[in-house]
Amino acid sequence: MEAKLSTSIGPIQLQRPVMLASGILGISLDVFNRLYREGAGAVVTKSLSKEPWEGYPNPTIFGVKGGGWINAVGLSNPGASNFAKMIEQNKDVPIIVSLVGSIPEDFEFMVNEFSNCNLAGFELNLSCPHVAKVGLEVGDDPELVKKIVTTVKKSTKVPVIAKVGLGTTHYLDTVGAAIDSGIDAITAINTVRSMAIDTETQRPILSNKFGGLSGTPIKPIALRCVFEISSKYKIPIIGCGGISNWEDAVEFFLAGASAIQLGSAVGDRWIEVFNEINTGILDYMKKKGFSKIEEMVGLAKKF
Amino acid sequence: MPRNFNHTTICTIEKVVDETPTVRTLVFSDEVMSNVLPGQFAMVWVPGINELPMSVMISDEKGKAAFTVRKHGPSSTGLFNLGVGEQIGVRGPYGNSFDLKHGKILLVGGGTGLVPLMRLLTFVEPSDDVTVLIGAKTKEEVFFEDLANKLLEKNPHKVIVTTDDGSYGEKGFVTDMVEKSVNQTTFDGIYTCGPEIMMHKTVQIANSKGMFVQASLERMMKCGVGICGSCCVGEDLVCKDGTIFSGDHLSSNKEFGYFYRNKAGILEKY
Repeated sequence: MEAKLSTSIGPIQLQRPVMLASGILGISLDVFNRLYREGAGAVVTKSLSKEPWEGYPNPTIFGVKGGGWINAVGLSNPGASNFAKMIEQNKDVPIIVSLVGSIPEDFEFMVNEFSNCNLAGFELNLSCPHVAKVGLEVGDDPELVKKIVTTVKKSTKVPVIAKVGLGTTHYLDTVGAAIDSGIDAITAINTVRSMAIDTETQRPILSNKFGGLSGTPIKPIALRCVFEISSKYKIPIIGCGGISNWEDAVEFFLAGASAIQLGSAVGDRWIEVFNEINTGILDYMKKKGFSKIEEMVGLAKKF
Repeated sequence: MPRNFNHTTICTIEKVVDETPTVRTLVFSDEVMSNVLPGQFAMVWVPGINELPMSVMISDEKGKAAFTVRKHGPSSTGLFNLGVGEQIGVRGPYGNSFDLKHGKILLVGGGTGLVPLMRLLTFVEPSDDVTVLIGAKTKEEVFFEDLANKLLEKNPHKVIVTTDDGSYGEKGFVTDMVEKSVNQTTFDGIYTCGPEIMMHKTVQIANSKGMFVQASLERMMKCGVGICGSCCVGEDLVCKDGTIFSGDHLSSNKEFGYFYRNKAGILEKY
């Protein structure tokens, strides 16, 4: 039997299960076209806000000695309206638009800005760990999450995903609030709040002092979260966090993810990483006799 | 443990050279930076101020490197104002490097864009016939003319300076001199770094003559490592795909020479 890489994340159908994570390379349609041509199953845009944001001054990223990155780019983005105009030209690429805001009205406004665009979904950023009043501060308030998800679901027929992370409220409660309000899928997890201090100059390195840890150090944490969400709820999951090769990707499928996202690995290994992982997954499927991704999803939970 | 190039290494400024009233070269010791390829850059942390991408300048002393900076915005001014004994953080090197052809070579530089070209000159072979064109607005902004002559003392070479106001060297734009040069000589390789309009014109001229040309592009950069996406030009990312691009590739890029992105990622016209 022939193995196929296509997958479904609830109502979202993708030809390939390896997506570009939000915040990575995501400001130009030309770059999206290139990523799709070179193996990405979908691209998630940088998180868009109502107004353009410049983000924080540099240093906005820091390479951890043992591997991984800490970043506080500060959600720089051209604003939802400018961005929507650019991707109105999109023909082929499954684009998932990430949105960041503080109140339901922010999200409602932005969703409407994209009404003329061909989108595969929206992803609500409930988990950026380094900008005040948005992201994780919203995700930490399950009542606010309910209001936002309910408003967005009323405003669009496009599938809506919530991206969660590790904040002060248990992320499973945030996931529960999103599911109660009709969310279509969950992306888990975002970067983990962290910092770095330079011993020579004795000061925090990032201009924002705090940032989000990404890359291989957080992979086992992200995997645990996907396993826990999939064990507690019946909801399609996109795994994200430190995935850098096909074995990592397969681990996330076995834990309960239907697709995965890459971030730091794109910087470390560049755009070829998408097809390297696609090929690795396909070879594994052939070896193990799987014909579809969904046959693997959650298999590790039976033990 | 081997050095993680993505982890900032602290270096101390050992020497400061005034090149012009607004351009300085800051020299420091670092084995890794002293050996980078021509065109590669580092992300340079000025503690308390910012971090900015800088092409790595050569030093005449072994094991040393430098940054040549023009004071412009707050970040470059912060670096410019550092004195001997002060510290900077350096990560990298990042990016690709010039593909140096041999034979008749033409270098076209403006301002601090001369930095990767000076490093390129340390890679030429004695038989290479090298022409260096240096463009500046006015006499007091001319620098690296003597350095270029010194680096090429064993080669057949010419170093020609143009100033917009004619206060030194030839009067006019450096691209006028590019046009003149390619009409007289068939070059095996043309290399350019500096203001984008200058590079765009140089690439167009070289492409029209079918000569091999490469340009080192500059864009707003945050991460330098292919993550943030700030430095995209069309479908290319300057930090990972560049900073060096060939003329045939650039000829199909819709943004090169016309648009750049601001800090929010919005396209703006040059």
